[in-house]
Amino acid sequence: MQISLTVNGVVQERDVDPRTLLVHFLREELDLTGTKIGCDTSQCGACTVHLDGKALKSCTLLAAQADGANVTTIEGLAVDGEHHPMQTAFWENHGLQCGYCTPGMIMATTAFVEDNPGASEEAIRHNLEGNICRCTGYHNIVKAVKQVADAAAGGD
Amino acid sequence: MSTRIFGSGIKRREDPRLITGEARYTDDIKLPGVLHMAVVRSPYAHANIVSIDSSAAEAMDGVVAVFTGEDVDLAGIPTAWLIPDSDLKTPEHPALAKGKVRYVGDGVAIVLADDRYTAQDAADAVDVEYDELPVVVDPEAAAQEGAPQLFDDVENNIAFRWVMGDKTASDGVFNTADVVVRDKIIQQRLLPTAMEPRSAMAQYNPATQELTLWCTSQNPHIHRFIISAVTGLNENKVRVIAPEVGGGFGSKIPCYPDEALVSWAAIKLGQPVKWTETRSENYQITIHGRDHIQYVEMAASRDGKLLGVRATVYAGMGGYLSTAAPGIPTILHGLLYVGPYMMDSVYCESIGVMTNATPTDAYRGAGRPEATFLLERMVDMVAKRIDMDPAELRRLNLIPAFEDGHEVATTLVYDSGDYPAAFEKALGIAGYDDFRREQAEARADGRYLGIGITAYTEMCGLGPSQVAGAVGFQGGLWESATVRVTPTGKVQALIGASPHGQGSETTLAQIIGDELGFPVEDIEVIHGDTTETPMGWGTYGSRTTPVTGAALAKAAQKLKDKARVLAAHLMEAAVEDIEYDDGKFVVKGSPDNFQSIQDVALMAHLAWNMPEGMDPGFEESQFYDPPNFVYPFGTHIAIVEVDANTGDIELQRYIAVDDCGPQINPEIVAGQIHGGVVQGIAQALCEGVIYDDNGQLLTGTMMDYTMPRADMFPNFELGETVTPSPHHPIGVKGVGETGTIASTPTVYNAVLDALSPFGVEGIDMPMTSAKVWQAIQSAGS
Repeated sequence: MQISLTVNGVVQERDVDPRTLLVHFLREELDLTGTKIGCDTSQCGACTVHLDGKALKSCTLLAAQADGANVTTIEGLAVDGEHHPMQTAFWENHGLQCGYCTPGMIMATTAFVEDNPGASEEAIRHNLEGNICRCTGYHNIVKAVKQVADAAAGGD
Repeated sequence: MSTRIFGSGIKRREDPRLITGEARYTDDIKLPGVLHMAVVRSPYAHANIVSIDSSAAEAMDGVVAVFTGEDVDLAGIPTAWLIPDSDLKTPEHPALAKGKVRYVGDGVAIVLADDRYTAQDAADAVDVEYDELPVVVDPEAAAQEGAPQLFDDVENNIAFRWVMGDKTASDGVFNTADVVVRDKIIQQRLLPTAMEPRSAMAQYNPATQELTLWCTSQNPHIHRFIISAVTGLNENKVRVIAPEVGGGFGSKIPCYPDEALVSWAAIKLGQPVKWTETRSENYQITIHGRDHIQYVEMAASRDGKLLGVRATVYAGMGGYLSTAAPGIPTILHGLLYVGPYMMDSVYCESIGVMTNATPTDAYRGAGRPEATFLLERMVDMVAKRIDMDPAELRRLNLIPAFEDGHEVATTLVYDSGDYPAAFEKALGIAGYDDFRREQAEARADGRYLGIGITAYTEMCGLGPSQVAGAVGFQGGLWESATVRVTPTGKVQALIGASPHGQGSETTLAQIIGDELGFPVEDIEVIHGDTTETPMGWGTYGSRTTPVTGAALAKAAQKLKDKARVLAAHLMEAAVEDIEYDDGKFVVKGSPDNFQSIQDVALMAHLAWNMPEGMDPGFEESQFYDPPNFVYPFGTHIAIVEVDANTGDIELQRYIAVDDCGPQINPEIVAGQIHGGVVQGIAQALCEGVIYDDNGQLLTGTMMDYTMPRADMFPNFELGETVTPSPHHPIGVKGVGETGTIASTPTVYNAVLDALSPFGVEGIDMPMTSAKVWQAIQSAGS
């Protein structure tokens, strides 16, 4: 079937098998391999992207369901080569190790902080429930997100 | 004086590609014409294969071929740790099952198709008829007479029986001790769960007979020689590339059938072949960790002197012996039975047992968490029995500080340690005495607080290779590195190890930068490709910093020696008059008269004006075989509150004081500890594999297997002491596994301490709220 969607600001028109998952469409069809697959059951969050501004797990969505939508992946988060503040915060706070969960973590937390500037550590930890990291013990991820959340509150 | 880059928590060199999605992991790499492989896997834990009908699969559009075990002419997947004096059996492990399957997930056939959806559909369409056999998953039950037999040539499923220590002497200690405590400890199976599932892609060039295998490996050089052995290709015609690798925790050490099968299929079909496991597949076929049933005893005197420990261990090996599996519940386990304590008697009998379950192998800590847990469990039981505070009992028995070697009853010679210093520091951070008061007050209010303490040491950075040979490890334990400086003064450091999240590109660059004065931005650490990098045994066992780091430091020191001589020659000064300061070779007393390391590198390449006898170029290689293990140590403390009405456990504080010698990058060290601690706590509180009696994996997805989440944990409180290793060129010890080794018993003991008013004696891990609640009810006080 024919679908048309905007991915990282570029309109993409493709003929896809109706059962194609959005994550496979992004990775295989558009070669946007920054979005990862870490489970089969929508638990790990490695595949998180923004769809019309909301953080969603792209393994839970058919590409066809994204027809007409505006999708941002980790590759589209930086603006004019400048890292998004969340990317910077992860780097500065050692918020990653193997890096595999990182794109999903960053996509999930950017959307969260946008809706929750000044979020408490407790709220951040609770919100991270849908994203699993095996390396960092979450400690420095929480630190990174808190830094951006605090800055976002300060900017209001 | 310049600021040393060694010891600085600089940002990681790896991160720009990882935070932008530009890093390329195996499944991210594409080759034109690639075929996708799916594996038909056994739904039964133990069965004979009656027939395989692949005609429906072969008829599907896009399917190129289907192969079964009879078609695949690969040699068996080898076991590479052959424990001596253990009557070891190494039953054959074919890449695809021949005639019989031995665990759920055992490969039966492979399907090659144009895309991964079609490959999976076709795999589902392969019709396999099985004749079910009786199943055994419990390693102790499997070792009994009359249990279902997995292999004709492995009697009673016992793959090995390894004994450490003198039984008569041990019996003597236990027969005469004032106090003997004992427990049956179940070290439940765990799923390593690297976030990147395993993946492999192979390409074969028939003209050159060269095979390239991209795969999720912690040790591409080991993968190369195993793939060479199973395919029959010459080793120099096999190139293994571990691109970005998303975590391993031991699970990407072994060579699995899947890597061999993509290689075989790529050769057979003349097209590249790729396979990537799903998470459900990962949980079924990628190695599991732990799986011990331990009968443990500790002997002590009435006044609190620990006298000895002994254990009988049934270690579940699963359906086949994985690459390093026999070494885990033996060498890496029993040798740690003394821990940090003055204890003169150790005895261990470890029985490796084949079971109808996923093969086990090294999982973060590998044998040492299982040893540390049993010791710390026993120490708390002794404390309770003799009515002594558990901190005081540990304090009485810790080995006093030593700087250069301390031999213990297991025959190991610990390199250096100051266990009391780390112990007192941790107690100080925790405010131990105040806590005991607070705990008493809380109990009076019906709140149940508990504290758990683990004092530990562990062994890592294994070596020398002579020891590897003596304990049956089918490889060496050295590492090698080349430091190559380009004419413009930029550095390529090539290493044989293969980091996959540890931040070694940063820490190793810091070692070189510190030694030679190159800015860290000018140093690239290159790893993971057997053609580009020198031989090395891989990244596991917390060995890359201590072993590869030593090789790099020594290679850099050789370059510095060469640079000093060349600089002296260029400045027409005596070598003795050249001083090194932060990347400059300066003539003594004449600070303006110097050659920078970059100047020297250029002149070494140009070779226009070399001293007599000096070869051109600016590159040095170094092999490094460690003279001994390194022994990091420390003390961890957990404070928990248990809700007696629900069994919920709240982890309120976690304190970790670790000593890994001088820290190259304290932020990276902290990250290793954070991650390890969470993995260890998760074993105590939530993780655990469950099989039913038919060998079906009930915890087969992340919906069923409880991975630790961010909201289970407080911020961790870290402290350190610094005791250099005396035998290491820069004094460093490994820190990749300390967190996992120390944290499980810490939290376990804290929960039992909280429950002590109820008289709860023990709870099998994971201590879920349901089990805790049940234990409180059963204790009935």
